[in-house]
Order: sequence, then C-alpha cells, then structure tokens
Amino acid sequence: MTGREMFWTKLKRVIRTGFFNFSRNGTVSLASVLVMLVTLMTIGLISFSGAVLDISLAELRDKIDVNVTFAPTASEADILEIKHSLESLPEVLLVTYVSREEALTAFKERHASDQAILAALDELGENPLGAVLNVKARDPSQYASVANFLESGSALSKKGVAIIDRINYFQNKTAIDRLTSIIESADRLGFALTIILAAISILIAFNTIRLTIYIAKDEISVMRLVGASTTYIQGPFVVVGIIYGVVAGILTLVLFLPLTYWLGGATESFFTGFNIFSYYISNFIEIALIIMAAGVLIGALSSILAIRKYLRI
Amino acid sequence: MIFFDRVSKVYPDESVALDNVTFSIEPNEFVSIVGPSGAGKTTLLKLFLAEERPTDGAIFFDETNIHALDKREINNFRRRIGMVFQDFRLLPGKTVYENIAFTMEAAGRTDEEIEQDVPHVLDLVDLSNKIWNFPRELSGGEKQRVAIARALVNEPDVIIADEPTGNLDPVNTYDVVQILKKINDLGTIVILTTHNKGIIDSLGKRVIAMDKGRVVRDDKSGKYF
Repeated sequence: MTGREMFWTKLKRVIRTGFFNFSRNGTVSLASVLVMLVTLMTIGLISFSGAVLDISLAELRDKIDVNVTFAPTASEADILEIKHSLESLPEVLLVTYVSREEALTAFKERHASDQAILAALDELGENPLGAVLNVKARDPSQYASVANFLESGSALSKKGVAIIDRINYFQNKTAIDRLTSIIESADRLGFALTIILAAISILIAFNTIRLTIYIAKDEISVMRLVGASTTYIQGPFVVVGIIYGVVAGILTLVLFLPLTYWLGGATESFFTGFNIFSYYISNFIEIALIIMAAGVLIGALSSILAIRKYLRI
Repeated sequence: MIFFDRVSKVYPDESVALDNVTFSIEPNEFVSIVGPSGAGKTTLLKLFLAEERPTDGAIFFDETNIHALDKREINNFRRRIGMVFQDFRLLPGKTVYENIAFTMEAAGRTDEEIEQDVPHVLDLVDLSNKIWNFPRELSGGEKQRVAIARALVNEPDVIIADEPTGNLDPVNTYDVVQILKKINDLGTIVILTTHNKGIIDSLGKRVIAMDKGRVVRDDKSGKYF
C-alpha cells in the first residue's frame, strides 16, 4: 500500500471502530450523551439569556434621553444652530427637533380629556410652550457631558438673553445615574455568569468522557503492547467523543423547539417585542453552529486530553 | 538475537528487581524462565518490551539497543513480538475476529491480508467456530488460544508467554504448551515464564532460573528444581 492509501485505510478503520465502540457500549454512550446534552443546553440557554439581557438593556437605554426646552422667545435659527453643534459632539447619537407648534399639538393631545387645561390654553391666546431638542447619547453615561456642554457653552445664551429654559437632565440625574449603574452591573454579572456556567458544564462533560476512557485503560495498554501507534489508539476514542457531541447537539436543537415555543408567549408579554421562539427560528443557523461546534470540540478535546495519560507506556 | 547486557533495575523505593543480569537467546530457541514470585521474571519481560527502562545496562535485539529507540521505532519493534499473558488481556469490546484483526491493522496490513490471515490463524488454534464471539462468551482455554492466535498473526520473531497457563486446567495447559512448541518448531523464539514444574520437565528445553533479581542457573536442557 502507498502512504496515501494507508492513510485512507487507517482513517476508515478509525471511524468504523469509533462507531462500533459507540453502539456496543450502549449504556455508557447514553449516559455520556445525556451529560453532554445538559452541557449544550446550558450553553444554548446562556446565548438565549444573553439575547434577552441585550434586548432589555437596549430597551432601557432607549428610554433614557435629555430634553432641552427653549424659551418661547428663542428663534428657530438659534435652536437649529444649537442642534447642529450638538450633533457634532461625538457622544451624541441623535437630536430631534420639536418645534413650538408640534409641542403644542402634542400637549393638546396629551390633555385632550382635560377641559380645564384646554380652556386655560385658549384663554392665553398664544402658544406658551417653547421648542424642544430631544437628545439621545450613544451611552447613558455620556448625558452628563452633553448637559455640561449645553450649560457652560455659548449655547445657553444668545446676545446676553438666555434662550434655554431648562434641561431636564438635572431633574432626572439621579434616575439616569442609577439606571446607568444598573445596566453596567447587569452587563458584568451576565458576562461572569456566562463564563462560570459554561466552565462548570464543560468540566462535567470532560469528566464524564474521562471516566469512559478510564474504563478502557487496560485495553489501551494492550493496544500499546501489540504495537499500535498513538493516533491509531486515540482515533476511535476521539471519534466516539465527536459522536457524543453531534448526537447531543442534534438532541439539544430539537428539544429547544418545543421549549422556546412554550416560553415564547411568556417572553413576549414580559419583554415587549421579544419572542424567544421567533428569536430561535430567525437565528437558528447561528445557534446551531455554536451548539454543534461546542459539542464536537468538547467531545474531541476531552477524549484527546483524557487518553494522553494512558498512552505513556 | 536477544542480549541482556548487565541489566539492573532498581525501583524508586530502593527495591532491587534485577541485579546485573546477563544472558543471550539465539534464533529458534525455546527458553523457560522460572523462579519464585518476586524473582524478577515480570520485570525482565517489561524491560524487554520497553514498558520500563533499566536502571543500568542495556538490552539488544538484533544489535539494536531497545531503550535507544524513539516512540515510533518502539511501536515497530513491538510488532515483531507476540505477547501472551496469564490474564489473556483480550479487548473485551471486540469479537475474536476483531481482536486479531486489530493487531494486524496496527501493523499496517491490508484488508485483504486481514480477511485471509485471521481465519487461517484461528484454524491453527482450533477456534474457527468462535470467530464472531466476544471474549466474555469464551472459556479460559479458548481465550488463551485467541491470545496465542493474536500473538502469532503478524508472524513475529519472538513470542513471549508470561505465565500463560496460570489460569488454565491441565487439559488446556497441555494444549497451550503444545501450540507453543509447534510455533517454536516453525522457527520462532519462544520465551516462557511459568511456575509449572510439569511443563518444564516435559519440555526438556533451556531453563533460566532466577531468584532475588539474579540468574542463579542457566541449563541447556533443564529441569525445574
């Protein structure tokens, strides 16, 4: 046989032996697949909870903004100038201009059922409301510098006359600060939990595979004594590890279907607009890749690491 | 062919398993190694198979120092030696056929050779009817015959039989010894360790007696004292 033919023959034998070993050790295989299933489900759930956390944090972030209310006397040109200078700040994501008229319409709509207020407005005769710039920063922690810019800069007054009536950041400061710190710690906690949970479940899977190889340690030494090479002994164990990973991966992906479907309604009413089932379906390829790759990697690596100890003869 | 050159083995707990052992084995020889438990017989075999390294001295096989070989060369060297153990050491997850085929696969033989040689060697040890059985379905004597078939199939230069009859009844013991004799008659070196006086006396071949790690007697056609 040429070297090339020998390689393919050996590969074929290693794969065939792996499948034989998997099917003949039914109980051990079943137990290992179940442990791997738990590991992969944990990894899957981690990616789901990551998505839920991201979405709810984004929603929270989106709720934070700063409103700059101008004096009714401020001219539209001045306001637009301030808008421009705000937009040029790197911290600022979006500035929306609400004119005096729009502010009045919105106010009337908001108080449509309150006759006394509407009557009072009519009594005034003119629009008492100032125009508003609604500012959204890229990050909640950057509102302070935006507010400082508005307060200190030349923006505040035009020709000695103050055109900004008030900036609601200073009223909402405590709430914004608290929310910012909650978001930051939730982010950190989520990351730490992910790492710890993933590490624990991977260790458990690794240990299970190590036990299955421990059972075969006498066999491995016999293989050594009849002159089998390291790769030839190791190969079938790695194949079995990969089969554990693939079978457990497929089971995980299938089990997630009814599970996410069942949880879908609950997540939709709790996190507005987020349905875990539709998230699973629309990100299926990505999630499937992560789960299958994790299964194959954990299975193969555990086998390689565990068997090394018994190959020293 | 095989030369033990002043070989000593001292374990980390200071116990001396082999003490300055020197002897050689020529092609076609049948050598029995006898001695009480702890005499150093098993250590001797372990050193020869490169499972362990000697503390002092060297072991040569065809002029090659076994312990100077790298991992790959050790694998090749082991394929020239057939091993038979007291506890059989068959692979429990493989059938009789696969146990023997595995040794051939490890030696890089083709599928055609395997399909041809495995039934043939099983015929030699009279086990053709058990070819698809698993080891757990065989008797002690049958297991040992599978082990001998496995040791034979790569046509090794040396067969090492470490107490091969220790777990067998007299009838199976007789069979195993007859098979080993037949293998030796065909030109293979056989190294046999045993406690069985009857076997040694009936063989009438070379006997090396060991005690406390030393060779105490080396007779060309010895008896068990």
